[in-house]
This record gives sequence, structure tokens and C-alpha cells, in this order.
Amino acid sequence: MNRTTQWVYGWLLLLPAMALLALFTHYPALANLWHSFQSTPKGGQPATFVGIDNYQQLVGDPIFWQALSNNLWYAVGTIPVSMALALLMAVWVNDRIPGRGILRLAFFTPTILPMIAVANIWLFFYTPEYGLLEQFTGAFGLPSHNWLGSKSTALGALMVVTVWKEAGFFMIFYLAALQSMSPHLGDAAAIEGASRWYFFRRVTWPLLMPTTLFVLVNAVINAFRLVDHIVVMTRGGPDNATELLLFYIYEIGFRFWDSAYAAALTMVLLGILGIVALAQFFFLERKVHYQ
Amino acid sequence: MSAALNVYEPRGIGRALETASAWLLGALWVLPLLYAFWTAFHAPEFSTRLSLTAPLTLANFVTAWQAAPFARYFLNTVLLVSMVLAAQLVLTTLAAYALARFEFPGRNMLFALVLVQLMVMPDVLIVENYRTMSVLGLKDTIAGIGLPYMASAFGIFLLRQTFKGVPRELDEAARVEGCTPLQVLWKVYVPLARPTYLAYALVSVSYHWNNFLWPLIITNSVEARPVTVGLQVFSSTDQGIDWSIITAATLLTTAPLLVAFLLFQRQFVQSFMRAGIR
Amino acid sequence: MWHRSIRNALRAVVAVALGMAPVLAQAQTPVPTEVSFYYPVAVGGPITKIIDGLAADFEKENPGIKLKPIYSGSYQDSITKALTAVKSGEPPVTSILLSTDMFTLIDEDAIQPFDDLIKTPEDKAWLKSFYPAFMENSQTGGKTWGIPFQRSTIVLYYNKEMFKEAGLDPNRPPATWKEMTEYAQKLTKRDASGKVTQWGVQIPSSGFPYWLFQGLAIQNGGILMNAAGTQTFYDKPEVIGALRYWVDLVKKYKVHPEGIVEWGTTPKDFFERKVAMVWTTTGNLTNFKTNAKMDFGVAMLPAGKQRGSPTGGGNFYLFKKSTPAQRDAAFKFIKWVTTPQRAAQWGIDTGYVAVRADAWATPVMKQYVEGFPPAAVARDQLPYAKAELSTHDNQRVTKALNDGLQAALTGTKTPEQAMQDSQAQSERILRTYRR
Repeated sequence: MNRTTQWVYGWLLLLPAMALLALFTHYPALANLWHSFQSTPKGGQPATFVGIDNYQQLVGDPIFWQALSNNLWYAVGTIPVSMALALLMAVWVNDRIPGRGILRLAFFTPTILPMIAVANIWLFFYTPEYGLLEQFTGAFGLPSHNWLGSKSTALGALMVVTVWKEAGFFMIFYLAALQSMSPHLGDAAAIEGASRWYFFRRVTWPLLMPTTLFVLVNAVINAFRLVDHIVVMTRGGPDNATELLLFYIYEIGFRFWDSAYAAALTMVLLGILGIVALAQFFFLERKVHYQ
Repeated sequence: MSAALNVYEPRGIGRALETASAWLLGALWVLPLLYAFWTAFHAPEFSTRLSLTAPLTLANFVTAWQAAPFARYFLNTVLLVSMVLAAQLVLTTLAAYALARFEFPGRNMLFALVLVQLMVMPDVLIVENYRTMSVLGLKDTIAGIGLPYMASAFGIFLLRQTFKGVPRELDEAARVEGCTPLQVLWKVYVPLARPTYLAYALVSVSYHWNNFLWPLIITNSVEARPVTVGLQVFSSTDQGIDWSIITAATLLTTAPLLVAFLLFQRQFVQSFMRAGIR
Repeated sequence: MWHRSIRNALRAVVAVALGMAPVLAQAQTPVPTEVSFYYPVAVGGPITKIIDGLAADFEKENPGIKLKPIYSGSYQDSITKALTAVKSGEPPVTSILLSTDMFTLIDEDAIQPFDDLIKTPEDKAWLKSFYPAFMENSQTGGKTWGIPFQRSTIVLYYNKEMFKEAGLDPNRPPATWKEMTEYAQKLTKRDASGKVTQWGVQIPSSGFPYWLFQGLAIQNGGILMNAAGTQTFYDKPEVIGALRYWVDLVKKYKVHPEGIVEWGTTPKDFFERKVAMVWTTTGNLTNFKTNAKMDFGVAMLPAGKQRGSPTGGGNFYLFKKSTPAQRDAAFKFIKWVTTPQRAAQWGIDTGYVAVRADAWATPVMKQYVEGFPPAAVARDQLPYAKAELSTHDNQRVTKALNDGLQAALTGTKTPEQAMQDSQAQSERILRTYRR
């Protein structure tokens, strides 16, 4: 095929997908930037250029900082925990302990449920006084606690829900990676007299790096993308203790109809995701071992 | 795919300990779901009392089904995931083929642009996409829900990887027989990428079945609402929450996925595995 | 030759006539006017079925009109959906939305006042028949923007059996704050380890605590906003005092659960015998009647310096951009569904307060009240009821108050600090509306 044909084919084949991507990803990101410098049209008044007003409002908005801080804590709380649990589950299932088929099922089922459904179930679970968790802790003599209704535990309670949902999903990827590892590696290491932990640390873990990276990226995206459970369980309360960035954007944009401010907030979110993307890109180039 | 005997598998006490821990975690893991089942199948009086002699009932499911047009919601969801998947399969195949097998200026830049969507999903750009949909006149339609997702960066990424792994000899052989590039795509690449397609289809279906925030914003009426939004509208009433009915409704909406998963567990898990390990 | 031209002319005429026929025929059988409306469900009961039933009855009596009720979730969901529809250019013809959304809807240029439609003496009398307390959130600037339909006040539900157990007279609910505190102290039970097995009183604070709080504020002699919806008074001493009382119930007297109390599960908490007294909407009356398996009573809220409760619930609004035919059809429906008979029946079926005095005088309502006296409590409280918190940019201004209330109730801020912060936020938002 000569160069022109390649050229034509290449661009034509890509065109439909690129058009949609441009329309729903690239263009909105740019339009968002543009709108963040305008005011919100209201009633009869059209939008006007206001420079960095919206960003100034953002900086002076305590709820925004709360949402940002919440989101970062939320990410820190859910990502490592769900990844570690996923790895643990994968190791256990891979070790062929009895009943591993059922275990795999148990771990993976929360993943296929919609977050909305999961949130409803856990809301019930967390109900003070007579929810299942209360009955559990009550049986052990622990005092009653309003998990979702107190500022100190609400976010943590939501993190538990997220980990519950996500760990099984990540487990599958780790399991696949573990099962694709050649058994000769284990044999060779055993001959050398390596302990199980040593083998894991120096052989298994580095080989799992691509998977870990993939899982990490997914986990990060989800930490910022998934706010369904907030809609059902706490609606951002108590007093913004569970307000996450995307949920705040949703509130501002679709409850208060302040589209300009929502655009400014979205830029912050895009900025964070952009930084993560760059970090992932650099990591990819350096630290990953391939077999 | 059964694992060969791992020489580091625990034995004896270690194995027993590991089994016990795993089982404990597994039990904790299914607990909320089992609780939901319990509540849904029992009358409201027993929703918080776990007495074994409580009578089972299907009344909650009946009430839930009649309280909201779940049949319509299911139809909408099925239409949505099918529409999205069909479009995705076509668009990502074409795009991946271009990126994998054709040399043209700007190819790497375009691939980078595609990868942007891996991070910046349409979910994050709700405010702008909502505006776009108004302009296109697609608000409150099923197409409106699905359109932003039809060009899937994840799909393009996966398929490009898979296509790159196809031996060039097969490509050239087909070309020698006089196939046009599109025919080569259809005859050589697509059949060889079947496992990836299956994996991707499962990921896509479960993602879009469970998607909530964007459909919530873009739909307004029963005719376009998918099942996740229907469930939330149903259970968000400020009235006294009746857990029996809400858990019944929740189980109703997740039943198709649960059943499908239970039946096709192996394939499901294997395809997810194949999709990710790159 | 002229034969042919005449023949052609005749042909043309016939063709035109034939073409007109279907148009003429259609003029004879009019297309029904379609009236779509969003309605929320915020109280227990088979509301959807009742609404569908009402729609069917109305259509039977008015064959030229087709009603299209669309269930839209909670009040908050409903205003979101209505405004979304307005902004996308396809607003409903009418809708039942919170009475407090009035200013927001006016600002978004979404609704039109009813005054142009109320011309005849009967219509004027109909408008006058609604309780003034409900009209407070329905009129502004001399115009009527909403028609009361499903309105409520907060009431106190109490467990009579628990009263007896604690040595209290089951027919004497608490009439003052002092009494409520004392009763609650007697009614709070703890087990051997000090864990509370039964709370004295609980006032929900999730989602929209401002409504419940407004009851306390009115009882303490405070008002939360001005009638024009351009100013709030969150930091006035009476308002702070009301919040302090609520926080004291939790922290000082320990008769009220800690943290945020969920609105949705409060009735169930009552049914499960976890609490002796609850504050919640009279709209839950039917829910209590059906599901409370114990002897319970309903009372007006206790007096602080005075009795008081905010009104609550939804009005019918008329949206712009409907055709005159749709507008008239909607108005007809609104009048139809608020006749004394139907207002009474709606109140009985749902627990909402029948919105007009003559509804309470109908035989079916009189009979109902005789058999079930608690039904009249909300109505008897109306003389003490005040307008619900409603301002421009309502959602945002109430969120400022909600956040402050939740901060104080979870102990992260003192009542003073919380209310001052809320007022500052609200000022920032409302400043632009005062020009």
C-alpha cells in the first residue's frame, strides 16, 4: 500500500471515533475552560465575561476546599486499601484453598452490582439502632454509633462501601497476572532457598507491576468519578463531611444551576486528573518491568 | 486455565490459617448482600429481626414492581447497553485498525488524544456535555445517554494492542489474495481478536448497565430512564423508608446481572482477566 | 377549448375541497389538549395510584383534556426535573413543587401568575377559600404564583404506651419546651451498660433540617426570612436560642440521639420502639396509622415562647410556554382537584392537611375526624403556622442553613458560630437580589 492510501485509510477509519471523542471529551474540556471565565446566564440576562471571578469565588469557598480535602482523603483511604485487599484475595484464590470458586464469587459479586444498589444496601446496613451493623456491634457490647450521621465517621463509612465494591474487581486482574506467571520461577527460587516472602517481594511483586499500574489508574479514576453512593447515602452531609468534588459540581450545576461556577470547579477536577495522567505516563516509562 | 502447582503454596497449619482468613473475609464480603436478600424476602416486621422462623414472602417484590415502571426501565437499559455496545464495537475496531496497522502523519498525536479519554471520562464533563446535548436536541433520549461513550478510548486501546499482536504474515497473505484493507480487517483481525471483543463487551455492558450520574442528569422522563436512575427515583422519596420494598427493588434491578454472572461466571471472570493484563 | 379550462378549474376545486376535507374533519374531532405535570411523593402511601385515579376521573368529566402525571421523586428531584425541562425548552404545563420554590421559579422565568385566569366571582371566591397560612408561600408582589395542594405542618407523634410506662398521662402530650424536656428525660431508657435503648425525643436533621428547625425558631419567637425573600435572619438571638435548645437536647439532657438523625427512617424508628416522641410531617399520618402497631397520639408542637410550625408541602404552579388551551385546561384541573370534596378526600388518603376550611366541613371529613381525631391536629395548628423558609436562590440559601444546623448538631461548631457562618453565606448569596 502506498503512502497516500495509508494516509487516506488511516484518517478515514479514525474519523468516526475521533469525531465523537472530540465532541464529548476534547471540545467540552476546552469549552469548560471558556465558560469558567464567564458568568452564569440567569433568567433574561446572558453570560458575560468576568475573568477570574469564578476562580476567586472558588478559592474563597470553604465548601470547595472541604470537598477537595475530602476527595484526597477518600482517594488515599480507598486506593491502597482496595488494591492491597485485591492482591491478598488474588493470592488466596490462586493458592487453591478449598472453596476458592465460591470465594472468588463472593469477592467479585459486589463489582457487578450498580453503585446505586450497593448504596441502598449499605444505607440499610448502617442504620443506627437496628441496622445490621448496629446489631453486630451491639452483640459485642459496643456502643451504638451513627456511622453516617457523624462528621468523623461518615466519610470513612463511605470508603468502606467503595472498597467493598472495588476490591473484587481489582482481584480479578491480579489473579490473571498471578496465573500467567510461569511456575518455573517458583521452582528456581525454591531451589535457591528463597522464603515465600522473599519470593513475593523480589519476583512476584515486580512482575505484577503492570497490573498494579493498571489497577492504580482505574482506582484513581474511580475515586474521582464515582459519587453515586453519596447521592443515596449522605447527599454530601453531615455539614459537607462527605462532599466530594464531582458531587459538588453536580450540586452547583444541577441543583443551584450556577453553570459558570460549576465550570470552574470542573477545571480543578480536570487539572487533578491531568496530573495523575502525567504521573502515570512517566511511571510507565521508568519503573515497569516486563517479562 | 488451571494454575500449575505453585511450589510456594502453603501447607499444613499455614494452609489452614490462610483458608480460615480467606473464608472469614469472604463471609464478611457477602454479608451485606445476604442481608439485603433477607430483608427483601421477608415482611417489614422481620426486616431487622433475624429470626429463622420468619415466613418468606414475595409481596415486597410485587409491591416494588408495581410502584414504579420497572419493566420500562429494564427495556430502556437493555436498549441503551445494546446501542452503546454495537456502536463501540464498530467504532473502536475501525479506529484500532487504523492506529495499529497504518502509517500516517499525526498517528501518534491522535493516539495520545484518544488516551486522554482514559482519564477524562464523559462523567467528569457533565456540565458541558449537558449543554452539547441540548444543542443536539438529544436531551431525555436513550441516544443522548449513550452518545458520549460510543467512542471508547479503553476499547481502542485494547484492540490496538490485540491487533498489533496479529502476525503480519497473515495480513500479507490475505492482501496477496486480493483483499482490500477492510476485507483484511474483517477476515483476519476481527476473528483473531474474539477473546478481546468478548472481554470488552462484558466490561462495557456492566459499566453502562450500572452507570448512574450522567443518565440521571440527561434523562427526565420514564421513557428514557434506565434502571439505575429508576431505582434512585423510587427510593429517594422523603417518606418513611420501607427497607423491605427498597431492598426488593434493589434486587430486582440487579437480578439480571446477578443471574447472568452466576451462569457465566467462568467466562465473565476469564474475560475480565484477559482484558486487563497488559 | 373553454370546456377544457372549466373542466380543469373544476378539477382544481374538487382537489382543493378533497384536500380540505380531512382538515375540516379534524376540526370537528378536536385533538385532546395534553397537560403534563410533575408530581413528587414525599409521604408514605400509594400516592401514585391516587394521582392516577384523580387524573382518570378528571379525564372522564373532561373528554377534551388528557392529563399526563409524571412521577418525579422527592421534592428536590422534582424541582430539578422541572427546571431541567424548562431549560431544555420543553417545560411541563403545570407541576406540584415545593411552595418555597416560588422565588427560584420566578427568577428562572419559568412560571406565570394565576391572576390573569382568576376573573369570575366564583374563581375569586375559590382563591379566597384557601387557608391564609398556606397562601403566605404562594403569593408575592401582589400576585398569586402557586395554588396550595399538598400542604402540611410538623406535628409531634408520641407513643402512648411508653408514656404510661413512664408514669405520664397518655392523653397529655407536652405543651411547652420545658415539658418536652422533662417528659423526654423520663422516657429515655438506658440498659445496664449505659447504652440507650429508648430515646425520649428525636427531631430529624438529614437532608432538610431547616424545616424542622424553623418550627423551633418560630416557637422561640424568631423569623428566618423576610416576606420578599431577600434577607435571612439566621443570626438573630431567637434563632440561635432555638438551635441551642436543640443542641441541649442532645448534649445537655441527652434525650435525643447524637449526630444526624435520618428523616426517612424516623417513622420506622418510632414503629420499632426506639424513640418515644418524634417530630415529623403530618403527611406521614397515614403511614403511622397503617404501620404503628402501638397506641400513639398526635399533638401540636410544644410552645417555646409561643406555639408554631412552618407550613410545608407543595403547590400547583403554572408554567410559561404552554398554549392558551393547555393553560386553561391546567387551570380547570387545578380548580377541579381543589374543590372542598376532593381536597378533603386527598387529605384523608394521604395525611396532608386539606387546604381549605370548607373541606373540613364536608361530611366525609367530619366523619373521618370523628373516627380519627389526630387528623385534625395539623389543622388546629394552622393559626400558629408561619410561612416556610423561602428566598431567592432558595436551594443555596437553605443549604447554608442546613450545613450550619448539621455542624451544630454534630458538635463541630457552637450554635452561635454555626448560625453566624450560615448568615454570612446567605448574605453573600442574597446581596445581589436586594438591588
